[in-house]
Amino acid sequence: MPDTAIAEAPARAATGGNILQVRNLEAWYGESHILHGINFDVNAGEVVTLLGRNGAGKTTTLKSIMGIIGKRTGSVKFNNQEIIRATSDKIARMGVAFCPEERGIFSSLDVRENLMLPPVVREGGLPLDQIFELFPNLKERLNSQGTKLSGGEQQMLAIARILRTGASFLMLDEPTEGLAPVIIQQIGHTIARLKKEGFTILLVEQNFRFASTVADRYYVVEHGKIIDGFSNSELAANMDKLHTYLGV
Amino acid sequence: MQALYAQLLVGLINGSFYALLSLGLAVIFGMLNIINFAHGALYMMGAFVAYFLLNLGGINYWWALLLAPIIVGIFGMILERTMLQWLTGLDHLYGLLLTFGIALIVQGVFQNYFGSSGLPYAIPEQLRGGMNLGFMFLPIYRGWVVVFSLAVCLATWFLIEKTQLGAYLRAATENPTLVRAFGINVPRMITLTYGLGVGLAALAGVLSAPINQVRPLMGADLIIVVFAVVVIGGMGSIMGSIITGFALGVIEGLTKYFYPEASNTVVFVLMVLVLLVKPTGLTGRAA
Repeated sequence: MPDTAIAEAPARAATGGNILQVRNLEAWYGESHILHGINFDVNAGEVVTLLGRNGAGKTTTLKSIMGIIGKRTGSVKFNNQEIIRATSDKIARMGVAFCPEERGIFSSLDVRENLMLPPVVREGGLPLDQIFELFPNLKERLNSQGTKLSGGEQQMLAIARILRTGASFLMLDEPTEGLAPVIIQQIGHTIARLKKEGFTILLVEQNFRFASTVADRYYVVEHGKIIDGFSNSELAANMDKLHTYLGV
Repeated sequence: MQALYAQLLVGLINGSFYALLSLGLAVIFGMLNIINFAHGALYMMGAFVAYFLLNLGGINYWWALLLAPIIVGIFGMILERTMLQWLTGLDHLYGLLLTFGIALIVQGVFQNYFGSSGLPYAIPEQLRGGMNLGFMFLPIYRGWVVVFSLAVCLATWFLIEKTQLGAYLRAATENPTLVRAFGINVPRMITLTYGLGVGLAALAGVLSAPINQVRPLMGADLIIVVFAVVVIGGMGSIMGSIITGFALGVIEGLTKYFYPEASNTVVFVLMVLVLLVKPTGLTGRAA
C-alpha cells in the first residue's frame, strides 16, 4: 500500500509534551470498586500500551478517561484541562476518541453511515481518501449493513470512523481481539502509520506480541492499579517480570 | 358502491390519524424506550391549542398547523426534561404508568374546564366544499387530511432514515453511551425527539379538530387503537407504523361496509393474530 498520503500529511504532534495526565483515578461499577488509584502519563505522539490480565481494570481506565463510567474520582487532565467531571460528549469535542472493545458498529446503519457518524470535532481529521487508502476493504462495502462485515472489517471501520473526527488522542481497546493474524498485521501497520502521522495512542492489549511491535511505553495494570511501567528499550530487561505479571 | 367508497375514505382518514400518532409513538419508543401513554392527551392538546389560537387570538387554521405542534412539542419537552428523563434504564412499566398518569391529569384538567361535549372548529374556507369524482363525492378537507398526513409521515421517515440527524437518532437508539462518546449531546437529542413525536400528535389533533370537534376525551378514544396499530406494525419501526396506520384504517373502513358489527374489534383481532404469528410485529426486529 502506498505510504505517500500519510507521509505528506503534516505532523500532528511532536513527541514530548504531556498530553494526558492521570492521577489517583478511582472508578466504580455500581457498588463494585474497580480502579483503586491509577497514575500514569501519556506524551504527545506516543503509543502507550496498558497491559494486564483479564479484569485488571484496563478497559475501565479507558472508559473513565472517556467519561462513560458513572462514578469516578481523582484527576484526569487532557492538554492540561481537568476532564474528570466532564461529560463524554464534551471530552470527545476536546479531541479524545474512543474505539471500544466490542467495536460498537451500529446494525441499523450501513458502512457509510457508520463511518460518517462521529461528528468532526476539530480540523485535521483524515480525509476519506486517506482512510480508504488505509482500509481499502471499507470502500468496497460502503453500502453493506455495518454488522454484516467480517470481524476484521468491523474493527477497521471502528478505527476508521474516529480518524475522520480530527481527534488527536485515540484510545483503542483491544483492537486485535479475535482477529486473524493477517488482519492483526494490518492493524499493526495502521497504528504505526498513525503514530508517524502524529496521533497519540493509548492502547489496551492482551496480545503482548502485537503491542511490542507498536508501543513506545508500557504500563502494567493489576487490581485497578498501575504496578509497573517501562519503555520499549527496557522491554528485554523486563521480560521475565512481564511474564509473571501477565501469567504467560 | 358509493357507500363502499365513502367507507374507504373514512378508513383512509382514520388511517391518517393512526399513522401520524403511531409514527410519533414509534419515534418515542425507539429513542426513549418509553411507551408514551400520554400521546392521546397530547393529540387532544393539539386540537385545543388550535381552538384557543382561533378563538382567543384570531389565529387561523394554517398558522395553527405550524404553531400547535411547536407549542405542544415544547410542553412535551418540558415533560421529558422534568419527569421522563429520570426513568432512563428502568423497566418499561414505569414509563407507561407515569405517562398514563400524565394523560389522566391533562384530560382531567381539560374536562374540568370544558366538559365532555365537543367544541366546534370550522373547516378553513379554502378547504370547504367537495369534488364529484364520478364514483364518489370527496369532501376537500378530508382529501387534504389524507394527502397532508401522508406527506408529513414520509417527510418524517426521510428525516430518520436518510439524513445524518436520523443516523444519530438510529445509532443512539442502539447504543446511546457510544454515540455520546463520539461528541453528540444525546440527552438534548432525546428531548428534541420526544418533542418531535409529541409535535406529530399535536399536528394530528389540529387536522382532526374540524372533523371530530375538539373534545377532552378525543385522544383517550383513539389511543387504544393506535397502540394496537403500533404493536401490529412493530414497536419502533418507522415505515411499519406508517404503512400499518393507513392499512388498518382502510381495513376498519372496509369492515364497516361488509360487516359493521366487527368494525370496532377488527384491529384488535388482527393484533392478536399478528402477535401469535410474529410477536415483534410485521416490520419489527427482534430485540
